[in-house]
Amino acid sequence: MSELVVEGLHVRVGGQMVLNGVDLRVASGEVHAVMGPNGSGKSTLAYAIMGRPGYEAVSGTISLDGIDLVELSPCERAHAGLFSTLQYPTEVPGVGLETVLEEAVAAAGGDRTAVEAQVVAEAELVGFDLDLLYRSLNVDLSGGEMKRSEAVQLGVLRPRIAVLDELDSGLDVDALAAVSHRIEQATHQDNLGVLAITHFSRLLTVLHADVVHILIDGVIRETGGPDLAAQLEETGYDPWIDTRAESPVEIHSHLELSHLEPGGDPWL
Amino acid sequence: MIETEFTPDAAGAIAGPDWLVRRRLAAAEQVAAAPMPSVEEEVWRYTPIGRLDLSRYRLADGPGSTSTVAAPEHSAVADTGNGWLCGVELSAEAARQGVEVRVLGAGDAALAASVDVDLFALMNAAFSAEPVLVRVPPGVSVEGPIVVRHWLDADGAAVFPRLVVDAGADSSVEVLELYGSADVAAFVSPVVEIRAAPAARVGYLAVQDLGPRAWHIGSQVGHIGSQAHMRASSAALGGEYARMRLDTHLSGRGATGDLVSLYFGDGHQTLDFRTFQDHAAPDTTSNLLFKGAVDDASRSVYTGLIRVRPDARGTNAYQTNRNIKLSQEAWAESVPNLEIENNEVHCNHASAVGPIDGDQLFYLESRGVPTETAERLIVTGFFDEVLDRFPVAGAVPAVRERLQAKIAGLSHHSEGMKV
Repeated sequence: MSELVVEGLHVRVGGQMVLNGVDLRVASGEVHAVMGPNGSGKSTLAYAIMGRPGYEAVSGTISLDGIDLVELSPCERAHAGLFSTLQYPTEVPGVGLETVLEEAVAAAGGDRTAVEAQVVAEAELVGFDLDLLYRSLNVDLSGGEMKRSEAVQLGVLRPRIAVLDELDSGLDVDALAAVSHRIEQATHQDNLGVLAITHFSRLLTVLHADVVHILIDGVIRETGGPDLAAQLEETGYDPWIDTRAESPVEIHSHLELSHLEPGGDPWL
Repeated sequence: MIETEFTPDAAGAIAGPDWLVRRRLAAAEQVAAAPMPSVEEEVWRYTPIGRLDLSRYRLADGPGSTSTVAAPEHSAVADTGNGWLCGVELSAEAARQGVEVRVLGAGDAALAASVDVDLFALMNAAFSAEPVLVRVPPGVSVEGPIVVRHWLDADGAAVFPRLVVDAGADSSVEVLELYGSADVAAFVSPVVEIRAAPAARVGYLAVQDLGPRAWHIGSQVGHIGSQAHMRASSAALGGEYARMRLDTHLSGRGATGDLVSLYFGDGHQTLDFRTFQDHAAPDTTSNLLFKGAVDDASRSVYTGLIRVRPDARGTNAYQTNRNIKLSQEAWAESVPNLEIENNEVHCNHASAVGPIDGDQLFYLESRGVPTETAERLIVTGFFDEVLDRFPVAGAVPAVRERLQAKIAGLSHHSEGMKV
């Protein structure tokens, strides 16, 4: 049993406070969704948990199974059992998927010779074209292929907790279903805990969340069950936005709300 | 005026056919009258040329040992030692096809153009002991590369290798030149002339892996005829100061030149490239990609000029230079230039100097790859695009291996990786 615990997390990015006290607990086998409008701090939360340079935890804690992650490098966090997917995975020219996984597995004390067979098996599970394995990481891949590639990485690395930032962005319906299915399978078979960060409730129709959090202005305003996402679908973020609050973060929610109306979602 | 032993008398004393002796003398007179280059001149800016003391070097009087660097599968291999030709092996098939690999002889005056782009090209013309000719008759496709291996082991030697590649019309050939040395304080000043006759296809790769005290100042001149295609490439790995000037003349209609190079500096190396893409005929294409990395206290210089002459309508010319700076002390200069005298052309140039991409580093680290390993993977991957485009595919694994050995010694520079 593993648990990612975020307590009172304040994060500063480029001199601006973006997270203003976030509390979260994600246990093995659970799927949590963090939803919020643009500018609410969703991606910052994902980066801060993984330890991206420039995302400074001013106060609060991030821990995994009692290990304080804040002082650890991204690599050390990965070895502690953390995994993250980016909204737009980075292209790394000339570096292959399998090479990266072999180095990662070896650095964590695993058997690098087992990686190749695992990659092939995982690629099969999510329908990732084996020919693409020999391309450079994320170079010349479609949005769907990139996320399938990330699902392969997750499958091989077997993290305890995965932070998925806008998993559905740029994906076609088939790829989203394949990747979501693989992640749900991991929650059942390997007891993976998931923190899925998303703007739209579309993701939650294929990746079923046990717990939904609403993040506004760098603070979690409400936590509930899957019905909270359904409510959000109807009302948008307005009911949770405190217009009286002074926020250092610019919120573009009014622009984005139209996307949540039926038929108005440009991603569908 | 240079007070050295590089005098007309010394040039005139080198044996050879009459035309070559005369040419050596004429070049040596020019050398004797020429001033030493200075960093005040744009083409020598950013270089340590002021530290060059030619009086420390003397002409090598004969070969020592030859290269033990493995040659890939080939149709011919020629070895030089301290600038003297030691032996040539030519496959029976290549010989039957009329391919020639030999020292320039009495009847070859027309094949050797004068290359006088700078003082060192003149010195080469004056003092090159045994210029090597690779000649491919029209219509002949040579199976397997022709390899020329240069080896230096004489301390204080000045060596002037010269290679003339003469590819006949509609012929096809690949040439690999390997430069290596013992750890000696040598001065190497090569000239490479490549002539691709109409519709010829020439691939050329130079691997410069000299010892750490060698100075290397060379020139490559390519003349590409109509519908001919030259792929000229290099890997610059060794030397204390290593410079190549590359002049590519697209002289026939529809000529194409691909210019692809990589360089990796470490220690106190300076690696220096001056390129000139000269579009002199219509519908010509040149594609230049130079990628380099500088580590430790090393330096690199890239300056390039694309010139499109008034007649060269329909030109496509590209020039890209990218550099990774791997340490605080390392330094890379990149200066692309265009000079366009015709409106119906497509030209672009791009240049960049920067550290290892932070996003790439974070992505690999977030997978559990340690920082130093991630840096090595990214830097190795950076050069893949160049290696993939090298001609003489059989030589690429060895280049990759040498490059990886240099990358393995990367100075660890990433800081502030924590939240």
